[in-house]
Amino acid sequence: MVRQTLMILSCGMLIPFSACAPKNTGVFDTEQSQLTLRQIQSRTFDSTNKNRTMRTVIQTMQDLGFAVDKADEELGSISGIKLDGYAIRMTVTVFPKGKEQMLVRANAQYHITPVVDPEPYQKFFAALEKSMFLAAEEVD
Amino acid sequence: MVRLLFSFFLTVVVTPVQLIAAPRIPADAVRIEKDPLGLRVSQTRRFETADELKLLQAGAGVLQDLGFTIDGSETKLGLIAASKTRDATDNAQRIGAIVLGAIAGVDMSVDKIQNITASFVTRPSLKGNILVRVMFQRIVYDDRNEVSRAEALDDPELYTQFFSKLQKAVFFRAHEL
Repeated sequence: MVRQTLMILSCGMLIPFSACAPKNTGVFDTEQSQLTLRQIQSRTFDSTNKNRTMRTVIQTMQDLGFAVDKADEELGSISGIKLDGYAIRMTVTVFPKGKEQMLVRANAQYHITPVVDPEPYQKFFAALEKSMFLAAEEVD
Repeated sequence: MVRLLFSFFLTVVVTPVQLIAAPRIPADAVRIEKDPLGLRVSQTRRFETADELKLLQAGAGVLQDLGFTIDGSETKLGLIAASKTRDATDNAQRIGAIVLGAIAGVDMSVDKIQNITASFVTRPSLKGNILVRVMFQRIVYDDRNEVSRAEALDDPELYTQFFSKLQKAVFFRAHEL
């Protein structure tokens, strides 16, 4: 009797998990607020040169092991992938902000999961900050 | 009874939690490589020219020489992305799988095809020369069509060969050969 009750209870509780996933599952990642995500993924840099900032982003991505496979200067977007037993795909966008700054935004996915932790972005922007400094000083 | 309760706990509590818990990005995934200079040096060469477009054209030519097809480019940022799909069959691995199958009855998968990508980037310096950095990566699929390896190709010899061909191609272009 106990066994039967437990079986019925288990099945009943698993039904919601086994239901067919709706078509739009995973289309939009909306677990975090739009503003929080933008804050985690964005930094501003003092620069008036969009092309130079984008080239520095490419260089930083390469130093981090990403092979850049797409870029569009007009749109300000750069995408790359890192393969190291895992796959991380990252897109970085560069937009002018005011007259003397560039807004750099990065978003990444690890395998099939969006990266929403602040830490990987902090590391990326720390590396970019160094590269921006070295680029300004013209160090190869 | 205890066993039943344990299996109930596993089924109802643990499994959904495992499904919901998102995999975390590895700690070293967004970090400058352990040996940045070694890798950077083998993947980078300086060319004494100010003509970025000609260098990109030479790079595209070498990638074609090596069997790559161009997937995309942005000349204003000095980028060419290329790829190719090739056989990844390894005879030693195949023999190993046959022997293991015969001895232990294990149906082992073997590598079948690989998708190799190349990222070719030029970066002009204010000194009037241009740095070229090229990176190769590959994804290997087995005979079950599953990914068996996803890796960066970091053998310095590969890059030495590539730049040797690029130097020749730049020379050919300069002399319009």
